[in-house]
Order: sequence, then C-alpha cells, then structure tokens
Amino acid sequence: MTMVKNKPICRAIDITKTYWRGKVSVEALRGVSLEIRNNDYVSIMGASGSGKSTLIHILSCLDTPTSGEYYLEDKLVSNYTDQELARIRNTFFGFVFQSFSLLPRLTGIDNVALPLIYAGIRKQDRAARAREILEKIGLGDRASHRPNEMSGGECQRVAIGRALINNPRVIFADEPTGNLDSKTGAEIMEIFDQLVDEGNTIVMVTHDPNVAAHAKKKIKLRDGLIEND
Amino acid sequence: MTSIFGKIALSLQTFKNHRLRSFLTTLGIIIGVTTVIAILSLIEGLNRTVSEQVQALGSDLIYVQKFTWISTGHRDLDKLAERPDLLPEDAEAIGKLASIEIAVPTASRQLTTLKHRDKEVSNVSIVGSDENYSYVNNYLVESGRDFTRDDITHRRSSGIIGSYIAANLFPDESPVGKDLMVEGHRVRVIGVFKEKGQFLGNSLDDFILIPNTVFEKFFPRSRASIFDRVYGGYSVAVKPKSSNMETAVDDIRELMRRRHGLGFDREDDFELNTQQMLMDLYQNITRVGFIAIVAIAAISLVVGGIGIMNIMLVSVAERTREIGIRKAVGASNQYILSQFLIESIILALIGGIIGIVLGMLLAALISTISPLKAAVAFWMILLGFGFSAAVGIFFGIYPARRAAGLNPIEALRYE
Repeated sequence: MTMVKNKPICRAIDITKTYWRGKVSVEALRGVSLEIRNNDYVSIMGASGSGKSTLIHILSCLDTPTSGEYYLEDKLVSNYTDQELARIRNTFFGFVFQSFSLLPRLTGIDNVALPLIYAGIRKQDRAARAREILEKIGLGDRASHRPNEMSGGECQRVAIGRALINNPRVIFADEPTGNLDSKTGAEIMEIFDQLVDEGNTIVMVTHDPNVAAHAKKKIKLRDGLIEND
Repeated sequence: MTSIFGKIALSLQTFKNHRLRSFLTTLGIIIGVTTVIAILSLIEGLNRTVSEQVQALGSDLIYVQKFTWISTGHRDLDKLAERPDLLPEDAEAIGKLASIEIAVPTASRQLTTLKHRDKEVSNVSIVGSDENYSYVNNYLVESGRDFTRDDITHRRSSGIIGSYIAANLFPDESPVGKDLMVEGHRVRVIGVFKEKGQFLGNSLDDFILIPNTVFEKFFPRSRASIFDRVYGGYSVAVKPKSSNMETAVDDIRELMRRRHGLGFDREDDFELNTQQMLMDLYQNITRVGFIAIVAIAAISLVVGGIGIMNIMLVSVAERTREIGIRKAVGASNQYILSQFLIESIILALIGGIIGIVLGMLLAALISTISPLKAAVAFWMILLGFGFSAAVGIFFGIYPARRAAGLNPIEALRYE
C-alpha cells in the first residue's frame, strides 16, 4: 500500500464536547486539535475524566463534537448523514473496545463477519473473509466458539478481527488491554505492533504507560486539553 | 435482497429464544383474528344459505298487498285498514298484463289445527288459492293431483297438503282420498306436495292448500279487528314473464291505481312486495353484525398491538448493548429500524396465521355441532393477514424508532 504520507486521514480542529447532566454541564473536551496520518501509531493517555474516551469516540465517529471541525480526508464530518456515518464506521474505521463488545449469541467467526453484513457482502464471502482474518491473528481453531466459551485474550482477538475485516483506514482501540492480564495484554500489543508494521494506522486510548510505550506518537490529555511536554 | 432474509432469520431466532414470551405477546392478535375469521365465515355461510333459499323459493315473485313487508317507521294501521281489499278479480286483471305470466289470489289462516281420525297436527296454516298456486310458488304435487279450474269454480271441498302434514297425519298410509277436519269443515285430500324444506327457519311444508272459493265459504272475511282489516283478505302473488321486474312492477302499479280510481295526486293504496326486499333487509341486518365484528376486531387488535409494542420495547431495552455494538460496527439507523420493524411484523403475522387457522377450525366446529353453516372465503384470509401486518407495522414503528435512535456510545455503556 502506498499512501501520500503527509496528507492527514483525520484532522480535528479545536474540538470541544460538553455533556449536560441535568443542569450541570461537564466540559469533557475544551479545544483539541490533532492529526492522524497514514501508518501512525498513536496513544492517547490521561487520567480518568481527562476526556480521552470522549476524544476517541469523536475521532471514530461514534459521537459528535459540540464545536470544532473534524475532517476525514478533507471532508467535514458534520456534513455527513447518519447513513454516511454508519458507512464510515463500517468500512473506514475499525474499533476495538475494552470490554470486547461481542454479540454473545454469535460464534467468533460470525462476530468477525458482522460488519460485512452492513457492508452488503454475501453470506458465503463473509465467512471466507472472516476465516482468513482469524487465521492471521491466530484464532483459526476457536472460530466456531461463542464468546462465553473463550478466554479474554481470544475474545479480544475476535474483536480485533472484527475491526480489521473491512480493511479500515484507522483502527481505534479504547483500553484494548484493560480487561486482560498482563501476559495476554502483551500478546494483544504484539498483534498491534505487527499491524502497524504491515502499514495499518492505530489510535489507542490507554492509562497504562507500558501500553502507551508501543506507540510512536503519544498524546496526553488533561482536563480536556492536550498537554504539551 | 439478502439482507431482508437475514433480518427475518434473526427475528425468528429471537422468537425461538423467547418462545413463551412471543406466544403470549401474539395472544391478543390470535384471539382477534380467530374471532373475526370465525364470525365472518358464519355470516358468509348464512348469506349463502339465505340466498340459496331465496333462489329456491323463486325470488322473482311480486306480492300485491295492503301492507309493506318492510316498514321504515311507525305503521299507521288505521290508515292501512281503510285501504280497499285485494280481490281475485284484481289477480285476474293483473294476470292479463303483457308483462305478467300468472297472478294468483292467495288468502291464508295461520296457527290452525288439522285432524284426521284420532291424529291431529297443530300450528299449521291454511292457504286459499287457485290452480296456479303450485306453479307460481314452485311446489310440485308428489302424489295425487293438482287443482283444476273446475275444483275452484265448483268450490270442491278438496285440499293438497304439505309433506309435514302428510307425515304427521298419515304416517302409515297414503293421504290421497282421505278426509281431514279443517276447523270443523271436512276437506278431502286430493294431493301431497313434494317436500320443500325451510326458508329463514320456517317450514315450507306445513300448510294445506284449498280452493280460494272454498276458503271464502269456510272463513268469511272478518272485519272484527284492525288486524283482520289490514292483514286478512287476499294478497295477489304475481309471476312476471321475463326477469324484468321493473316493468312488471310499473305495469301492476299502473293497473292497480286505475282499478282503485286513484288520481295522479293520490298515493298508492296498496303495496308491491318482493322477496328481494327481504334479501335487502336481511343484508342490512347482517351488515350491522358485520360492523359489530369490525368493532370487536379493532378492539382486540389494538389490545394485541399494545402487547406487541410493549414486548418490542422490552426487547429494545434488553438488546440496547447489542444495538450499540451493531451501530458501532456500521449498522445504520435505517437498518436497525427495519430489523425491529420486521420483527414486530413477523410477530404479528405469526399471531395472524395462528388466528386464521384457529378461526377456520372454530367455524368448521360450529358448522358440525350446530345448524349454522360456515363458509371461509379467500378475502377473509387476506383480511386476517392484512390486519395483523398493519398491527405489526403500526405498533412496531415506535419501538423500532426508539432502537434506531439510540446513541451508540450510551448503548454500549448499557449493562
């Protein structure tokens, strides 16, 4: 894959996010600007309540900013319809959650193939592609099990497979090792490192400095602002 | 499209995981559709029976009488009593009209008792008419003979009996040639009518026909009560030549007005009744029943629909996290909406199908254990389908919109 290296995929300009809890407003983000370029490996760190989860939700189009501009390849995200945003989450981005967020009734392979349903891929092709991805991340023999029959590491591999299935431009991960023991966490991080080596772009949120150490670019958030060091 | 089958498959899977809950949810619709199908098919069966009977009876007869069969309000008996009696001469004149085949004068006496030796049969009627009565009214003489003109003009004290009377008074012998006592008068049986069955629940075989001339002699025209003055005396049963009833009705009206010397500014002093009027009345009555059914159906379908809405809301709440995950990996609002809408429609349709089957079974059961005959028509099945699908859509749209509108982040946090 050859990409124009200096052109950002994601460009956030002065993003703010204000939550209203009844009559009290909480300013989760107070003006964050950043760029994500191809093959970036970014970690976002910060204390609990620093706004790091909010930021990654906005970057991955799961949430919308209160103000500021967010561009995906020079297109303003606020101009997109719900339908188009769903399409972006489906094919442009992949997302790995702390708590895996797998559908309990589906097998590993079906969980991996889930985004393909919304991409309009036919059933036969879905299974083939999901199997291919699972082989790659070392879970081929556990593919037909359900999440409750898998270990945490296996679940997170399924979740990574699901994030990868549509060859996304950016993979977002929110505390990907947060629910795992340190050994399994390290295995997951190895997968991430390998993905970046293969040319993928990863943005992850973590509070663990050991995890953040894997990233090439580190962002620290404090009270809704990027802390410059 | 493959996606709709995927949605249907997912819906069925969901119901399979909650069998009892899904069944209870559809109960309202099942009951509603069952009721509607059963009652509609009974009404339809009744309609068919009645129209068959009317056809068997000969629906093309016109009855000239003082009173109308179907009154739309208060009947002013005093005024009706003043109307001139209809006479055998009127029948004769009507019979000569170009548009008319035959007209017969008919008088009758209800709730009488006939005797033969030690046997008697009660609650039967006596009809006085002429030799054309059997033809006009579609009766066949099964044994013995019909009247001739001579029987009428010579006032022969003879009678033709219906099969019900024959069976009751002469169970073991031929009635022909035997004598009957008719309210103290001796009448010789010359023939027996072939059985004709029932019309609207009334037997058509429980009367004795005697010459109208004899009837007049036995039962002189009474004017004692207002009822005698209105309902006593003759009516004229008219069989038009072709099936063109309108011409016949117009001709009879014109003739009768002339015979009664009515000027153009005066109202008719007679009525022309047709069996079609009874059909119309019957249909009006069943229409009321029909509306009542629609009301019952509407209520039970609304109740069923609320049940579906309730369970769909529960389902949306239970699957909040699932919806969040699906949205996070690319399901659009529209996709989630249609998924839940399809689920509620299928739920309602399953109820509808069960209701249609149960309704048909119920109708068949009623047909077997009661004299009512049910007939299921194809449009009822379509109606059952249509109604339940409509309920599924109407009561499914709110929960589906709620699911589609969930914020993915909040949905993912939901435990």
